Amino acid sequence: MPTMNIIQAVNNALRIQMAAEPKSIILGEDVGKFGGVFRATSGLYDEFGEERVIDTPLAEAGIIGAAIGMAVYGMRPIPEIQFSDFIFPAFDQIVNELAKFRYRSGGQYPCPVVIRTPVGGGIRGGHYHSQSPEALFIHTPGLKVVIPSNPYDAKGMLLASLRQDDPVLFMEPKKIYRASRGEVPEEDYTVELGKAKVVREGNQVTLIAYGAMVSVIEEAAAKAAEIGISCEVIDLRTLMPFDIETITESVSKNGRAVMVHEAPQTCGFGAEVCTSLYERCMAHLEAPIQRVCGFDTPFPYSLEHEYLPNADRVLGAIRKTLEW
Amino acid sequence: MLAGAMSSRADIRIEPDTPENLEATTEEELLPLYKTMLSIRRLEEASAKAYSVGKIGGFLHLAIGQEAVCTGAVAALRPEDYITSTYREHGHIYARGVSARAILAEMWGKKTGVVKGLGGSMHMFSKEHNFLGGHGIVGGHVPIAVGAAFKAKYHGEKRVSAVFFGDGSATIGGFAEGLALAALWKLPVVFICENNQYSMGTPLYRTTAAPDITQRALAHDMDRDRFDGDDVIKVKRRIALAVERARETNRPTLIEVRTYRFRGHSMSDPGLYRTREEVAEWKKGDPLVRAKRRLIEELGVDEEKIKAIAAEVKDEIADAVRFADTSPASDSYLPYVIKE
Ligand SMILES: Cc1ncc(C[n+]2csc(CCOP(=O)(O)OP(=O)(O)O)c2C)c(N)n1
Ligand SMILES: [Mg+2]
Repeated sequence: MPTMNIIQAVNNALRIQMAAEPKSIILGEDVGKFGGVFRATSGLYDEFGEERVIDTPLAEAGIIGAAIGMAVYGMRPIPEIQFSDFIFPAFDQIVNELAKFRYRSGGQYPCPVVIRTPVGGGIRGGHYHSQSPEALFIHTPGLKVVIPSNPYDAKGMLLASLRQDDPVLFMEPKKIYRASRGEVPEEDYTVELGKAKVVREGNQVTLIAYGAMVSVIEEAAAKAAEIGISCEVIDLRTLMPFDIETITESVSKNGRAVMVHEAPQTCGFGAEVCTSLYERCMAHLEAPIQRVCGFDTPFPYSLEHEYLPNADRVLGAIRKTLEW
Repeated sequence: MLAGAMSSRADIRIEPDTPENLEATTEEELLPLYKTMLSIRRLEEASAKAYSVGKIGGFLHLAIGQEAVCTGAVAALRPEDYITSTYREHGHIYARGVSARAILAEMWGKKTGVVKGLGGSMHMFSKEHNFLGGHGIVGGHVPIAVGAAFKAKYHGEKRVSAVFFGDGSATIGGFAEGLALAALWKLPVVFICENNQYSMGTPLYRTTAAPDITQRALAHDMDRDRFDGDDVIKVKRRIALAVERARETNRPTLIEVRTYRFRGHSMSDPGLYRTREEVAEWKKGDPLVRAKRRLIEELGVDEEKIKAIAAEVKDEIADAVRFADTSPASDSYLPYVIKE
């Protein structure tokens, strides 16, 4: 089985989809000849031609709006927003148009647009190349939101997104685009959306994260194990709809949990996860659920290493739940 | 005229009519502008070097080759006029008077940077210099510059608001909306499109069906101008026409200055989408070479004088690099979110 990084896995999924589904097209800024700023669409322009791999002008609202028009009449467009920081000119199209299209038309017009966009910090990109705006979209009924943490899931969940009938925001953690490598089958396969994954089993504290933060909680779990603390590690993978059963089961078993994400804490996705867990596992909890998140500030340029959650901060939270 | 991937005619027309002889100059005028351009070039070369050894993080967009545009334009403005720019703003903020020290320290992420190391290369501001950013979101800054012009007119200040953006930005909503408002409200804005022929890796003719950006002015009955940006004096004069029109009559102008960036879009871009020949052709119009030639050949300036300037610039930038290197790191990002 070949080894791929996340970019290669995404590229591979796109190639499979484009070959299998003539109604799919890719559109975005510099996705064609240039192959995308992260090279995720590399080679596709040559393989599928400029009619299907389209370099757009700088016009995010236009990109998403046009993709909606294509999708409602049966096409399977795959727009790319170059960085999720640049999604906001298209926010209106996504929130007011895309997410509500099926509902507004009484079910007549499903809108299967899969928006790919790199997300998160870790490349010293500063204010506008680092943000994690997933909660804004999770808060928008009608959208599915996916953030994979490894190449296998990236390919399988991207293909799964492309084979269902609702809009998906597929966010790719750019920090680990190349750093996360693993075995990925060449062939076509899907990884079911809406299912979390228990990455490591443990019986004292449940750690929950997604995207680039999964490796951070894995590292924290390894460090905790060295001092005799057993952590269960869960990768949420799909944030909307999220797999409440898997985390409820784990947190009910352990009675302690730490939620980690790099977006600012206030009204971040962790707030929803924690509340949902309180609703279901209150009787089992031994300590308040801890959150380790980005801070409630714009994304910093020079101090990103302090801003982003790391294993030590997570370890501190693990201790806190145990010492409660 | 410069050749390039997209050599549609520049210098086609100005509305209202362009007076003759706009390029005549003197040593007193050109020499300082040459020095500014040279400082900008050396400053950007120093930042490229620092980037390659990791002193600067993330993304670094250089405007090497485009120096005549920011230098000429800023020279056409008064210090009280507002300037709003993009992420490719090192030259604009330097020409406006912010020190090389404060600029490089910002890129280095140091406390002594112009925004205390919070923003880095793309996100510089200086209220003292009426420099309203350093903007990373393409097009987002255009209506902001329009609002600043509204304020100036509202208070009868006779200030002009100049806004810079790239050719690629001409297709985004923020630009279209800003242009529409300025025209409707008759605001003293000068819109300056630095057409360097590319939006990242995509040439202009692949991003718009109407590669004459100034045609957008027609939709709003707005004045417009379009010319090559290789001569700093020409840039200054042509932009001055629009600036004074804005100041005196509150009529906005859309200007397209044709130029070229000699390096990639950012440091991580090897620029494979254009040929060596194309780049070489444009380099013949290097604004620094041109200014130097004019100084020596046309104005009879002693070459020794120019060498002395080069030495001064070298020292200035070396000092700024030392300053950035030895300044304390930015130590907090918590303040300034909202008023504490
Ligand atoms: C809204 C938005 N979309 C995309 C980007 C990414 N991006 C940054 S610069 C750029 C190209 C801009 O080209 P142009 O306007 O010609 O300016 P230049 O870089 O050539 O100076 C793109 C696509 C962005 N910063 N903001
Ligand atoms: Mg450009």
